Amino acid sequence: MYDVVIIGAGVSGAAVAREVSRYTKSVLVLERFEDMCCGTSKANSAIVHAGYDAPAGSLMARLNVRGSRMMEALSKELDFPYRRNGSMVLCMAEEDRPHLQKLLERGVANGVEGLRIIERQEILRREPNVSPDVVAALDVPTGAIVCPFGLNIAMAENAAVNGVTFQFDTTVTGFTAGAEGWTVHTDKGDVEARCVVNAAGVYADRLHNMVSASKIHITPRRGDYYLLDKAAGEMVHSTLFQLPGKFGKGVLVSPTVHGNTIVGPTAIDIEEKDNTATTREGLDQVARKAAVSVPSIPLRQAITSFAGLRAHEDGGEFIIGEVSDAPGFFDCAGIESPGLSSSPAIGEMVAGLIREKLGLSPRSDFVPTRKGIVNPQTLSFEERQALVKENPAYGRVICRCETVTEGEIVDAITRPLGARSLDGVKRRTRAGMGRCQGGFCGPRVMELIARETGVDLSEITKCGGKSRMVVGKTKEGTEA
Amino acid sequence: MNTYDIVIIGGGPAGLAAAVSARDAGVERILILERDNELGGILNQCIHNGFGLHTFQEELTGPEYAARFIDQVKERQIPYLLNTMVLDVSSDRVITAMNKTDGLFQLSARAIILAMGCRERPRGALNIPGTRPAGIYSAGTAQRLVNMEGLLPGRKVVILGSGDIGLIMARRMTLEGAQVQVVAELMPYSGGLKRNIVQCLDDYGIPLKLSHTVVDIRGRERVEGITLAAVDEHLKPIPGTEEDYECDTLLLSCGLIPENELSRSAGVALSPVTSGAVVDESLETSVPGVFACGNVLHVHDLVDFVSQEAAAAGRAAAKYVRGELETGEAAISLKAQGGVRYTVPARVHPHRMEAEQVVRFRVGAVYRNAYVSVYFDEERVSRRKRQIMAPGEMEQVVLKREDLLSRPDLKTITVTIEEA
Repeated sequence: MYDVVIIGAGVSGAAVAREVSRYTKSVLVLERFEDMCCGTSKANSAIVHAGYDAPAGSLMARLNVRGSRMMEALSKELDFPYRRNGSMVLCMAEEDRPHLQKLLERGVANGVEGLRIIERQEILRREPNVSPDVVAALDVPTGAIVCPFGLNIAMAENAAVNGVTFQFDTTVTGFTAGAEGWTVHTDKGDVEARCVVNAAGVYADRLHNMVSASKIHITPRRGDYYLLDKAAGEMVHSTLFQLPGKFGKGVLVSPTVHGNTIVGPTAIDIEEKDNTATTREGLDQVARKAAVSVPSIPLRQAITSFAGLRAHEDGGEFIIGEVSDAPGFFDCAGIESPGLSSSPAIGEMVAGLIREKLGLSPRSDFVPTRKGIVNPQTLSFEERQALVKENPAYGRVICRCETVTEGEIVDAITRPLGARSLDGVKRRTRAGMGRCQGGFCGPRVMELIARETGVDLSEITKCGGKSRMVVGKTKEGTEA
Repeated sequence: MNTYDIVIIGGGPAGLAAAVSARDAGVERILILERDNELGGILNQCIHNGFGLHTFQEELTGPEYAARFIDQVKERQIPYLLNTMVLDVSSDRVITAMNKTDGLFQLSARAIILAMGCRERPRGALNIPGTRPAGIYSAGTAQRLVNMEGLLPGRKVVILGSGDIGLIMARRMTLEGAQVQVVAELMPYSGGLKRNIVQCLDDYGIPLKLSHTVVDIRGRERVEGITLAAVDEHLKPIPGTEEDYECDTLLLSCGLIPENELSRSAGVALSPVTSGAVVDESLETSVPGVFACGNVLHVHDLVDFVSQEAAAAGRAAAKYVRGELETGEAAISLKAQGGVRYTVPARVHPHRMEAEQVVRFRVGAVYRNAYVSVYFDEERVSRRKRQIMAPGEMEQVVLKREDLLSRPDLKTITVTIEEA
């Protein structure tokens, strides 16, 4: 029997796993996909919100502000890309000024530091590409950007190093309450747990409703995005939000930690929990709205578009804590934006509740730090020379667009919870994330995965499951 | 830091031909830097025939064509480094590169020839909505998987874009037992060579749907189907024309983009039309001593022309190294007009020209029975009738050095299409 079974290896599940591993190694994470960071956590704005948005006094507000404050230190401890670039909420019409003022007041009430309203001249000086129609903005110095893959994967890897077990490709099918805890039924067999953490993203309502009479309902809220080529340059320095108002709910334009520009999202409520297909209307809406903030936004330099799903619960609030009629069953549900920003605080909160429930004490052997995959581009010429000399694999470039070497990819595959698919390698190293989108490096990354994992080349997948890259070998003939 | 007379970036057809001609022009210290594990570039995966008709008057496969030039490089003992990635080129011609054996290193070059080739436009740049499953490949990636790795990307295929690689892959996939259902082309004309449409689609009964595009992709893990729709004259899908296709693979052959990240780092001025460098008659870019040729300069249809162009770049770089390219004269600019999208070169220095200068260009639409005219300032100096011209087929005119030298006041040469 495990102390804790966590369902979901997204950013919430990984955060809980890492935090709870401070107290116990008896932790199992079940993930229905082949890797961590495969659902909501992989497709979002990659923003660390400052915390002015959520209603004052809400759990969302509290965890957002706390998470935002924890993030920088965590990025150093776990070695993932983070940058405090600041954000602005742009007000495009005089009549919307009162909304801006309200946002400022809410932010102050939530405990967000450094907020102030700035005027057109200052905005245009700091952000020359912003529309000259801008009237004023809320200046948010604590706004930041993060690599969502980096954050999620770093927390999971650190949890694994501290003894947490991860089981992928496993779908939870039901629960049975017992005297000492829960039996978790999965498509790969049953597991026993004293505590269960439901961090199942858009599916968290289904799991919750299996154990509780008090039902919750999550709507997947789809958001479409564009990602622009680095060659487009840093169009904006801060993350630029649009004040909801005369022009409806806006979209953001933001730099990413890797030097791209991200534009989006839409907010379209859908029925299917897995439907991350973009639509023409959605993408066109992003383009139209982004041009309100940044008229010169070069969407012709888009290198990809994608859609993510937010797990919107009807109450519009995070649901975190022990389910009242299901002792030992903890929800981490309704984790929509600002979920990424809040994740370190969510992990801390849930781990605290479990610690109390199970009467656990801190482990002396907990390892708080983790070293990420070396990015040779951040090294000096001499350091990089030394790295290649020590390990020549760092001298062979596999992904030309992002200059990712064999050394980095092999590290991504062979480290704890290593990558097994092209997308897994991509999220860990950026190989295939550049302007050719894996056209060149795809076959080479397949070869490296095959070599390092001993899997046949024809079995390599894009993202696990049935997503095989090829259907077989040539000259085999067609299937009977 | 090692110093070379000429460093050539890229060991594909352009780099090889440039190296051979530079050596034949007497340059000693030449080095070719190639990122792949063999010379020959993309030709190595082009196992179909049809290469070399102009150069060798015979029909070769891609690897055979490459081998002819690789042999010439080896006969001349021109050094090359394989598996070597150039990370940076500076405007003062210092090259930073890296490989497993030599590690990270820098070289200095008196002249550089850019011959990095091009890449394919990916799905993201095409702005196709839908899911993002496995089974969406650019045609060249699929070609590599089939021809180099012996892997079959899929069995039921739709191809978007009628670029030459897409057409070649329609035939290739068919020969490997896959069912190629349709090739859709956004434009009202094909992007590929006529001969490829005949030999790769018509001969196999594969339909080509012009003015059609993919408006949806379905399938969460692997492609399960796509939707095609007809487009109007503004290239917008026409509602009600949607047709669903069941398939496990979507191949994209929607244009090639010269790969000029290094050129940009060296400060080379690029043309927004070709995405390649702006060059003069010597194929010299805006950065002195930096030359460009082949698909990194502008995308070609035929490798024979790449070899010709690259040989000219090699000769010019050799002259530059010897200090013979310093004529100090003003350039005459070439203007592309009336359906001519661009010209390579974009300017000429008459005293630096060879006796005959080939000017290559592409047209922006299909023209029937139209004339290609050349004007020296206001005066039309040539007019040649062409039965058909299409964006998928590169065109050319030839300028004679003596004609330009006899007009010392000439400012602008205009190449234009005039309809009958």
